[in-house]
Amino acid sequence: MSGRSLLLRMELRSNPETLCVVRGAVAQLTDRLGFSEPECRAVVLGVDEAMTNIIRHAYAGHPDRPIEVLFRRIRTSSCGKNGEALEIILEDRGKRVDRAKLCGRALEDVKPGGLGLHFIRESMDALEFRRRNGRNQLRLVKFLPIPEPPAGS
Amino acid sequence: MQISARHLDKITIFDISGDIDLATSPELRKPLLRELRELRTPRVVLNLKAVRYIDSSGVASLVEGLKASRDVGARFILFGLNTTVREVLQLSKLVRIFEICESEEQAVAT
Repeated sequence: MSGRSLLLRMELRSNPETLCVVRGAVAQLTDRLGFSEPECRAVVLGVDEAMTNIIRHAYAGHPDRPIEVLFRRIRTSSCGKNGEALEIILEDRGKRVDRAKLCGRALEDVKPGGLGLHFIRESMDALEFRRRNGRNQLRLVKFLPIPEPPAGS
Repeated sequence: MQISARHLDKITIFDISGDIDLATSPELRKPLLRELRELRTPRVVLNLKAVRYIDSSGVASLVEGLKASRDVGARFILFGLNTTVREVLQLSKLVRIFEICESEEQAVAT
């Protein structure tokens, strides 16, 4: 992996009121990166759900805990694809995430809750979780659209 | 998010606008559950035309409303789904469990 360039860094609190601000920023950023409208909506949903999970599960609803979100443009190989991608790292200092809960739930169960992780998986090309130095780190990757070759080439 | 209610005979229509997320979904859940569980309104209709965004918290509130309606034998109908709302409901694979109408006329008439 090489050629990382920082696009945006956000230092936030775990207040649900910040979600709409983050969505606005992600919508603008993904649009500027050339994602299609459905892809922009997918990334917005993925980041929103990841933040929601941190607020609800890592911080148990406490609204004043730190969350850091980094957006980088990278070149990567993942899921059998190779190319430029948007990498999003969400980091919190909350309690350790139960890996068993990262499996989500069967969608056949008609019940409220448990959809967030499914939405993240469906919205992004890759998802990776790790615990480091007392922090939870969630890495999301979405491949950038392949630019069309110039006319006449 | 903003929510207001209109009453037509034994039907309550909730007009919802804005974003339904972790911050706002309790404002949707409370009046929905009150209408169904306490007031026992036989038909509750949600106008989602002006909803700009919905996430898993919002979908969970809709599922709670649906389950409450089943518990009390009421109907729970959605209409006015825009692209954003429809995409998220389809992603949840729950779109088929809701009664969805194309218009308010259809939702109150059927």
